[in-house]
Amino acid sequence: MTEATKNLSKEKLAEIAPPPMAMLAELTHRCPLACPYCSNPLELKQASQELSTEEWISAFQQAANMGVLHLHLSGGEPASRRDLVELTKAAVDCGLYTNLITSGIGINEARLEELANAGLDHVQLSLQGVDHEKADLVAGYKGGLDRKLQLAEWVHKTGIPLTVNAVCHRSNMDDVPAMIELAQRLGARRLEVATVQFHGWAIKNRTQLMPTKEQVLATTETVEQARKDLEGKLVIDYVPADYYATHPKACMGGWARIGLNIDPTGLVLPCHAAETIPHLKFENVRNTSLHDIWYHSDTFNAFRGTDWMQEPCKSCDRKLVDFGGCRCQAMAIAGDATATDPACHRSPLKSKMLELASEQASIEDGFIYRGR
Amino acid sequence: MSEISLTRDSIVFLPRGVRIKEDTVRERIVIVAPERTVALDEVGHAILNKLDGERTLADVVEILAKQYNAPKQDIGNDVVAFIKDLLGRGYLEIKS
Repeated sequence: MTEATKNLSKEKLAEIAPPPMAMLAELTHRCPLACPYCSNPLELKQASQELSTEEWISAFQQAANMGVLHLHLSGGEPASRRDLVELTKAAVDCGLYTNLITSGIGINEARLEELANAGLDHVQLSLQGVDHEKADLVAGYKGGLDRKLQLAEWVHKTGIPLTVNAVCHRSNMDDVPAMIELAQRLGARRLEVATVQFHGWAIKNRTQLMPTKEQVLATTETVEQARKDLEGKLVIDYVPADYYATHPKACMGGWARIGLNIDPTGLVLPCHAAETIPHLKFENVRNTSLHDIWYHSDTFNAFRGTDWMQEPCKSCDRKLVDFGGCRCQAMAIAGDATATDPACHRSPLKSKMLELASEQASIEDGFIYRGR
Repeated sequence: MSEISLTRDSIVFLPRGVRIKEDTVRERIVIVAPERTVALDEVGHAILNKLDGERTLADVVEILAKQYNAPKQDIGNDVVAFIKDLLGRGYLEIKS
């Protein structure tokens, strides 16, 4: 633990460490799907190590007291937890806006009813593609798309708003227009078109997943047009491919500024990939309060403010716009978590990153699935 | 963009998944919706508070005009602009 934030004035603290807005609860790493771009870490946490129902509920309560408004129940597949309904009810009782992030596998109509009655606010359903063969190949799960479409129909019946989340990569990116149509047919109010990010298991499939620059440009155009055409009907959130972009993404809205993650075993992370930064030590909500972890832990303070930055970030007028980009990507490609994100056009590694991307986008070597 | 048509008799409501919430830590009232948080000012909060799923726009304007002791015309313009904005973002729906 550090004293760094303890000696700051109230104003300064509010500026560099405001109360968190959102929390992602990775209830479990168990999942029936085997997506090649899985963002969970290479080493999955075992079911026997998972937090108990009571421990999760305590974390929800602490989060709500600290100012968290949005709770995302995620995984793995959160429906793999038998206590999902109980956890949802508890989160709603804490006043949290409760979002279920699901693959759609493991929730039948009766269980969905129970979740609806518990007060679930929102469902985010992942889709791997628009046609059965391709979608099921990506998910590594036969019959997956059918079950997802069925869940979307049930969600629509309950009146719970639905978001469709489509992770895009080279083999499905050309289908984005069809994905936008499908999302509307399913009654979704929101669609996330998220270009694959290379963390966790996705790194193993970098070559097979990397989109071409042409695909990325076409997708950006499609999304911009659809946003205009569908205004008031479908909200589209778009995560473009940062490797081809000029500016890096404002990863997490800045390190430990907006949200936090809790992994299945209670480790509290500033983002889901933070464990890839080797020198960071993570506190566990089993032993330390969420409040102390958020405001006073070394890890949460590691990249807050701008003192940690190097050039070209340090003197950049965008340093409070994109916060230097993604720390995990800086670690992965520059080998230094305090470096400028190599996705930034001002990074000395940008041209290397572009070369790498276009080279990888030309290699067809098939998917490597987790545990298979 | 499709034009949103509102009349005096329109009944506008917050659909499931959109809630008004007191954000006690930040001492403000917010709308919480999928992946979004929007801070409300006093007037916005007053308008949304009147949308009970029964009242028409004309009813809402009438109540607010009395509450703020202001001309109905002015209140009406504010209410329609505010509601159209939220309809466009999917935070409100029109009862059919």
